[in-house]
Amino acid sequence: MDAILQQFFNLDIMAQAAPLVFRGLGMTLLVCCAVIPLGLVGGLLVALGSRSHSRLLRGLLAGLIDLLRALPPLVLLIAISAGLPFAGIRLSPFACVTLALFLNTSAYYGEVYRAGLESVPHGQWEAARCTGMTAWQTLVHVVIPQAVRNVLPDLVSNTVEVVKLTSLASVVALPEMLYSADMARSVTFNSSPIVLAALIYLALLWPVVRLMSRLEHRLGT
Amino acid sequence: MTGGSLFLETFFNPTIIARYLPDILKGMLVTVEVAACVIVTGIALGLALAVVRSFRLRAVNFLIIVLVDVLRALPPLVIVLIVYFGLPNVGITLPSFAVLWLVLSLVLAAFAEEVFWAGIVSVRKGQWEAGRCTGMTEFQTLCWIVLPQAIRLTVPPLTNRTIAITKNTALGTVIGVPEILNQATTAQSFSGSATPLMMGALAYLVLFIPVVIVGRWIETRFAWRRG
Repeated sequence: MDAILQQFFNLDIMAQAAPLVFRGLGMTLLVCCAVIPLGLVGGLLVALGSRSHSRLLRGLLAGLIDLLRALPPLVLLIAISAGLPFAGIRLSPFACVTLALFLNTSAYYGEVYRAGLESVPHGQWEAARCTGMTAWQTLVHVVIPQAVRNVLPDLVSNTVEVVKLTSLASVVALPEMLYSADMARSVTFNSSPIVLAALIYLALLWPVVRLMSRLEHRLGT
Repeated sequence: MTGGSLFLETFFNPTIIARYLPDILKGMLVTVEVAACVIVTGIALGLALAVVRSFRLRAVNFLIIVLVDVLRALPPLVIVLIVYFGLPNVGITLPSFAVLWLVLSLVLAAFAEEVFWAGIVSVRKGQWEAGRCTGMTEFQTLCWIVLPQAIRLTVPPLTNRTIAITKNTALGTVIGVPEILNQATTAQSFSGSATPLMMGALAYLVLFIPVVIVGRWIETRFAWRRG
């Protein structure tokens, strides 16, 4: 028991590692602030494009979405960060992470929005157009708000996944929270810094996870 | 050399493809092995937890909810690192394959439990009562009346989750499980060429594109049935 406490909950080591881990938290939040808005916008564009009249665009987007859903995000990240330099393109680790997570998460947000758009009855379009709104106004003021409301739990759940995905950035040496904690672990030979990072992830995400499972159960009944 | 052939030379070099193809294929086998193990144990454990939860024992349910929440809130890579580097220091040494299997199974079990539980809750109370009236025990009602109805609702969300978590087998590369990504990055650093990375990515596409397509088919098929 004492060994477990020493190894996983050593307060002295946690206190020493805390400044490093919290600096990492800053980077984690920065990545989230870049990826979540980009993904939300990218996903919406993907979903709208999937409903366009152009068969070519629809086919291309369907292929792209399947491709991005089939590639593990870590594979995409490593292909970008280790592969692009061979093509003469050098990106900073932050840019690599943002690009990889943006591509991955746009596909997932896109699927969520698509379900949302499909859930809005066609009569809503017709009614809005009858009032004299343009197609664009109908989309922005009538269809998208209802679509988003209908899939809000899924949007939130995907956002939780994005925050968790940022931990992959540690593999390409972006000093986010897990990378910092793992560095402290390798110096101290003690897992407490990673447990500290885990506790911070829990503090950030547990309330959202709890909320989600309430929403899900209400939908289930 | 023209741009096109330079591109092929860098990303799809035939000599390098020939040299490292056996490694990548070995990696595919390992990925499939981990994935199969994770799917079987993860879903079985998730179903077991949901069944236990349906007995509504307060203390046990509290523990299940806490466990499931924690596993859903933590990034899987964090759990992998804690288990892989932490356990040996308290006297438990597991091979990296076992660590990956254990962690991903637990994560899948957590998500599966939530989905199964939502399914069980969604079956109307009258079904329970009718089952009990015919003389079935609580457990028989669960097995023969409630679960068959619940599981049908859970197929689409469970399929999506299972695919997402199975792709996390790529995390094994961080702790040295010789799966596809690990083989590809090792080959890349030996050969100094981007070709093995492309081979690795293609190997994932070969494995997972059919899964994604089948997943989409399952989603629409079961959605129709429900409607």
